[in-house]
Amino acid sequence: MKYVDEFRDGGIARGLAAAIAREVQPGRRYAFMEFCGGHTHAISRYGVADLLPAQVRMVHGPGCPVCVLPIGRIDQAIRLALDAGAIVCTYGDTLRVPASAGLSMLRARARGADIRMIYSAADALALAQQVPQREVVFFAIGFETTTPPTALVIRQAAQLGLGNFSVLCCHVLTPAAITAILESPEVRQLGSVPLDGFIGPAHVSTVIGSRPYAHFAEEYRKPVVIAGFEPLDVMQAVRMLVRQVNEGRAEVENEFTRAVTEDGNLKAQARVSEVFELRREFEWRGLGLVPYSALRIRPGFAAFDAEVRFGLDYRPVPDHPSCECGAILRGVRTPVECKLFGTVCTPETPMGSCMVSSEGACAAHYTYGRFRDIPITAEA
Amino acid sequence: MKKAYVRPLDLRHGSVDLSHGGGGRAMVQLIADVFGRAFDNEWLRRGDDGAVLPAPAPGERLVVATDAHVVSPLFFPGGDIGCLAVHGTLNDVAVMGARPLYLAAAFIIEEGFPLADLSRLVASMAAAAREAGVPVVTGDTKVVEKGKGDGLFIATTGVGALPGGRDLSGANARPGDAVIVSGTVGDHGMAIMAQRENLAFDSAIRSDTAALHGLAAVAIDAAPGLRLLRDPTRGGLAATLNEIAQQSAAGIVLDEGAIPVDPQVAAACEFLGLDPLNIANEGKLIAVCPAGEADALVAALRSHPLGARAACIGEVIADEHRFVQMRTAFGGRRMVDWLAGEQLPRIC
Repeated sequence: MKYVDEFRDGGIARGLAAAIAREVQPGRRYAFMEFCGGHTHAISRYGVADLLPAQVRMVHGPGCPVCVLPIGRIDQAIRLALDAGAIVCTYGDTLRVPASAGLSMLRARARGADIRMIYSAADALALAQQVPQREVVFFAIGFETTTPPTALVIRQAAQLGLGNFSVLCCHVLTPAAITAILESPEVRQLGSVPLDGFIGPAHVSTVIGSRPYAHFAEEYRKPVVIAGFEPLDVMQAVRMLVRQVNEGRAEVENEFTRAVTEDGNLKAQARVSEVFELRREFEWRGLGLVPYSALRIRPGFAAFDAEVRFGLDYRPVPDHPSCECGAILRGVRTPVECKLFGTVCTPETPMGSCMVSSEGACAAHYTYGRFRDIPITAEA
Repeated sequence: MKKAYVRPLDLRHGSVDLSHGGGGRAMVQLIADVFGRAFDNEWLRRGDDGAVLPAPAPGERLVVATDAHVVSPLFFPGGDIGCLAVHGTLNDVAVMGARPLYLAAAFIIEEGFPLADLSRLVASMAAAAREAGVPVVTGDTKVVEKGKGDGLFIATTGVGALPGGRDLSGANARPGDAVIVSGTVGDHGMAIMAQRENLAFDSAIRSDTAALHGLAAVAIDAAPGLRLLRDPTRGGLAATLNEIAQQSAAGIVLDEGAIPVDPQVAAACEFLGLDPLNIANEGKLIAVCPAGEADALVAALRSHPLGARAACIGEVIADEHRFVQMRTAFGGRRMVDWLAGEQLPRIC
C-alpha cells in the first residue's frame, strides 16, 4: 500500500531503534505519554516497545473516545432508544461499553432498542431522511477529529428542515484533557507519575493545528511532538522527545508535517464554532469533571440537540469500584495492575471502557501484549 | 377437462408463498420443479423421506459435518449462498481428511422470495455439488412468514469416508511443526463487507469460496506426516490458529511478512480498521506438518490452482499458555488473539 507501507518498514525501524538506543543517556529514564489511542494501538500492534531501549517507557494516555465516555452518557443514549423509542446511531465500539443496570447498547438492542452501528455521521442523517416518521438520534462522540462531520450534519439537517433528527453531543477536547493530566495530583505534587513529554495527537492536530500545544510546553515545561499513527512516526517522535529531554528543551515539534500545520484546518474550525460552543464542564471517565473540556450544540441549533429535544438530564454513575480505568487513563496505573484485568474483565466481558475499544490501553494490551505477562492466560 | 393439470411455476416473476411450505401440491411442485430438477439423482428420484446409502468400505469410518448458511447479501462477488452452502460443508468434511460422499440440504425460505432468485441459487448450488462430485441426496424445504427470515437460509450436512488410520485432529500439532496456509487470507469476508449497504465501497475483491477436498488430497499425499488440516472460516486465520493452539496445548509463532494478503484486501482492512487475520475465508486451508515436510507440502499446494499462493507462515512452539504470537514485519512481537465480539454479522 502506497503511503502506508513506507511508514511500517522494518529496516528503517531497526535503524531508528539503533539511533534511539545511541541517544538515550545511560542511567536516565524517559517516560513519554502517547495521548492518543491511535498511538497506543500502533505501539501494541506493531510491537514498537520491542524496538525501544529499556529506559524508554511509554505511558498510555486518555485519547480514546470510547474510553473517556462516562457511563451516564451511555445511559442517556440507551434511554433514548428504550424509553423514547428513537433510533440511536452510533460508532461501533460504543456498542459494547458497559452501562448501568447490567446494560450496554448491545444488550439494550437485544431488549428491543433500535440502536444501529454506523460508519459516518452522514449515515445517520441519511437514515433520518429515509424514515421521516421516526426520531433518529446520532450519538456523537470523539475528539476534535470527529467534531467537524457532526457540525456538518447538523448544518445540513437545519438546511433540510429535518424535524426528526438530533444529536446527543458528547464531543470532547484534547487540550483540556492534557491540562487535566498535568494538573492531576499524581503528576503535579506526588511525582508518582513521571512524565517527560507527550506524543501529541495525529488526526486531532490536522484539525486544530500544532499551536494549541504550545501552552503545555511553555507552562508545564513538557516537550510535545505531534506524530502520525504509523509505527515509524511513533519511533521518530520518541527520538525527537529523547533529544528534547537531553538538551533540556520543552517545545512543540511536529513530526507529522505531511498532514499537520501550525493553524490546522481553519475551514473545519469555522464550521465547528458555528454549530458548537464550550460546555462549562463535562464529566470524563478517569478524569472526572473537567472545566471547558467538551462541546455542546449552540442555542441556534437547539432543535437538533437531543438533550434539549428530549429534555435529558445527566446523572453521573460511578465506575465499578475495582475498575482501574480511571487511573489507567491518567497514566497512574498500567492495565496489569488492575486486578480485574484478564480475569473478569476481558474483551468479551468488559467491566471498564478501556477494555472495549481497540484503542483502549487494556484492550490493546490484552489483544496484542498479554503474552508478556505470563502467567495470565485467556482461559479463566 | 384436462386430467391433473398443474399450472407450471412462474420461475420468472413468481415468488414463494406459504403454500409452498404447506405440505400440499404446491410444495410438491416446488420441490420437483426447482430442487428435484437441479439436484436430480437416483436418491431424490425415489422420493422417499431419506436416502439409503451404502456402508463405507471395510476399515473406513464416516465423517459427518453440518453448517448453516445465513450470508447477507445472498449474491456476492465470487459466489452466492448456494455454492457457499456446498463448499462450507464439504470443506469441513475434507479437512478431517475424509473423501466427501453425500450432502443433505435444508432450505428455509421467506414468504415472498422471488422464484427467479431461488432457482438461480439452487442452480448454483447444484453446479457446485456436481463439480465436487458430491450429490445432494436428501433435503427439506420450509417457508416462514414475511419478516421472519431474510430471503433464504440454507443448512447443509455432509458425509464423507475417512480411511483407516488417518487422524487429522486439531490436537495433533507438535512443537517444531510448520504452519502453512494455502493462499491469501481475508478474501471472502472482505468481498461480503464491500457489498454491505452501509459500507459499500468499490473493489474487485472476490470471495474465495471453493471446494477444498481436491487441495486437501494433494496435501495429504505430499506430506505423509501431515498433522492436521483446517479451513479458517469465521474469525479468520487468527481464530483457527488459536483453536489449534488450544487443542494441541502448544504455542504458535507467525511471521507476519510471510502471510499472503491480497493488496486490495489489505487496503480495505486498512481503512476499515480491521485485521486480515480476523477476516473469514471460504476457500483456504491451514496445514500443520513436520518441519522437514514443509517445503514439499508448499510446493505441492502451489501446483494446484487453489493453492498457488501457498506459504509457510510460522511454526508451532512449546508454550503451556498456548499463545499465538507474531513477529511483526516492523520488527516487534505481538499476540494474535481471538476476535472480540462480532466484526460483521452473517458473513457465511
